[in-house]
Amino acid sequence: MLYREAGQFRTSYAEDQQIFPIRQDRIAVALIVAVFLVITPLVASPYWLQAILIPTLIFSLAAIGLNILTGYAGQLSLGSAAFMAVGAFGAYNFVLRVPGMPILAAFALGGLCAAGVGIVFGLPSLRIKGLYLAVATLAAQFFILWALTKFGWFSNHSSSGVITAQKVTILGYVLASPVNKYLLTLVIVSVLALAAKNLVRSATGRAWMAIRDMDVAAEVIGIRPLRTKLLAFAVSSFYCGVAGALYAYTYLGTVDPEGFGLDLSFRILFMVIIGGVGSILGSFLGATFIVLLPIFLDNFLPPLLGHSLPAGLTSNLQLIVFGGLIIFFLVVEPYGLARLWQIAKEKLRLWPFPH
Amino acid sequence: MQFFFEVLIGGLLSGIMYSLVALGFVLIYKASGVFNFAQGAMVFFAALTFVGLLELGVPFWLGFILTCAAMVLLAVGIERLVLRPLVNQPQITLFMATIGLAFFIEGLAQGVWGAAVRGLELGIQDQPLAWVMDRTGIGISKFDLFAAVVSAVLVTILAVFFNKTRVGRALRAVADDHQAALAIGIPLQNIWRIVWAIAGCVALVAGVMWGARNGVQFALTFLALKALPVLIIGGIDSIAGAILGGLIIGASEKLGEVYVGPLVGGGIESWFPYVMALLFLLIRPEGLFGEKHIERV
Repeated sequence: MLYREAGQFRTSYAEDQQIFPIRQDRIAVALIVAVFLVITPLVASPYWLQAILIPTLIFSLAAIGLNILTGYAGQLSLGSAAFMAVGAFGAYNFVLRVPGMPILAAFALGGLCAAGVGIVFGLPSLRIKGLYLAVATLAAQFFILWALTKFGWFSNHSSSGVITAQKVTILGYVLASPVNKYLLTLVIVSVLALAAKNLVRSATGRAWMAIRDMDVAAEVIGIRPLRTKLLAFAVSSFYCGVAGALYAYTYLGTVDPEGFGLDLSFRILFMVIIGGVGSILGSFLGATFIVLLPIFLDNFLPPLLGHSLPAGLTSNLQLIVFGGLIIFFLVVEPYGLARLWQIAKEKLRLWPFPH
Repeated sequence: MQFFFEVLIGGLLSGIMYSLVALGFVLIYKASGVFNFAQGAMVFFAALTFVGLLELGVPFWLGFILTCAAMVLLAVGIERLVLRPLVNQPQITLFMATIGLAFFIEGLAQGVWGAAVRGLELGIQDQPLAWVMDRTGIGISKFDLFAAVVSAVLVTILAVFFNKTRVGRALRAVADDHQAALAIGIPLQNIWRIVWAIAGCVALVAGVMWGARNGVQFALTFLALKALPVLIIGGIDSIAGAILGGLIIGASEKLGEVYVGPLVGGGIESWFPYVMALLFLLIRPEGLFGEKHIERV
């Protein structure tokens, strides 16, 4: 009843091509942004900000990065955590070694470092694809972590490669409280997500999807595979790199290379699968789901079963639920939570008169 | 020179252990075209079940048979719940499903048997053979040699099974062409169950060998990752390739660690096999013995 586009006529091309063509969508998005920008900082406790909202936003960004590569350009990657590590260590080194480096510029430069590394490890994608490419990105995962641990220069010669993020200062203001850090993360993630959404709607995004759907046909119609694939690797790694920098600066504060292990790569991959392959919204949904699931299992499952579970069992239960959900989603809804949302929207448009 | 040979032989023998894990991948890939990322988890599950049964006082061989039975059950479950609903999906979807499967099996194994590291005693020491040591001065571990013999026996059995029996021929037919196999009346789902069950039993053997050497622990699941470069070098659909790939990876990893490692600060074992595999991909993308069907763009 409320969600209906009847009477909304588009009279120019610009109107026809805007991101949210339906007025209700625009209102909803504005409301969501307002809630997260104004109301959440006022009401949320530091625990909520620090342990749930900030990591969700950061993982959403990383998931967007992987989604660009895997969902839009069709190149499977198992090394996204390593690119996050490059971003984190890159930003750290820029702040450390360049006096007066603005923090936002350091984040961007960290992302660019990750993009450069991503291009190097994306080179094999020109000859191989699918599982073989997954092995190549696995090489990136292990090699990068090894290099970050082995060469002390990257971590300013601290023991076992641990870095402690410097203070986050923007125009003289020190952002130290969880609320400040949350707002900084929110702004960066929102801007980058908007950029990603527009990028995948553009000619570049269409080229990526053409390569994904059939590379030979894409080449025939004049899309250059070399440029397109490497661009996908670069943009994807840039997003992962910025996410990594945020992970170090606004979420944990202290990170070591081991924290960016294969497990994290898999978690990001799961976010993409569960949220929806090839969907920016899905990246947010998937990240939220994966961040909240362990908390849910820890806090709400024991009362539900009537007694507390032993600590070891909960973590194994988590593995079982994760694994089961992955298979469930691949079998039942290969396009993930984003597709469920789309179906709900279609239903809502017709409700309450389904004919 | 003597040192070189000692490192080389040690590498080759540990490479055989990689081959044992890679074999399971090859079997499943040949028959169902699925790249089974959960093979490492299956190794872990099998080893943990076996050790758990032994701790309950079950005799060695009975425990072995019971674990095999458990692996068969697991195979039937996987076929019913994962493979059948996902039939005709793109390869990459199935691959991601097996990643989920790996997590599921890991959680299941630890949930049932606990996460503690357990030892497994086969009665064979990890000591150098005295006879060879005296003659040539090269130390060859008894245990590694035993593992090599076990894998040789296993490969022979599998080769005979694939080439001489009716079921083996059906497996090869399915591997060749699913539709043609269906058309001449080979029950695809049975074949999948059989091949996953065999891969489960191979995983048990691999798990027992690795468990006896390093202890039965969660790290066993990472074997799957080490088996990937083995498969790429050997060719993803060749049993001989899995063996040879394992030998190459094992030898080059150890030699690389000893001779190249000091130049860059050591610890290169973690990524050296992958870089080897990458180089191989550039030169010979189908592997040493694999069929040529990699698409290039």
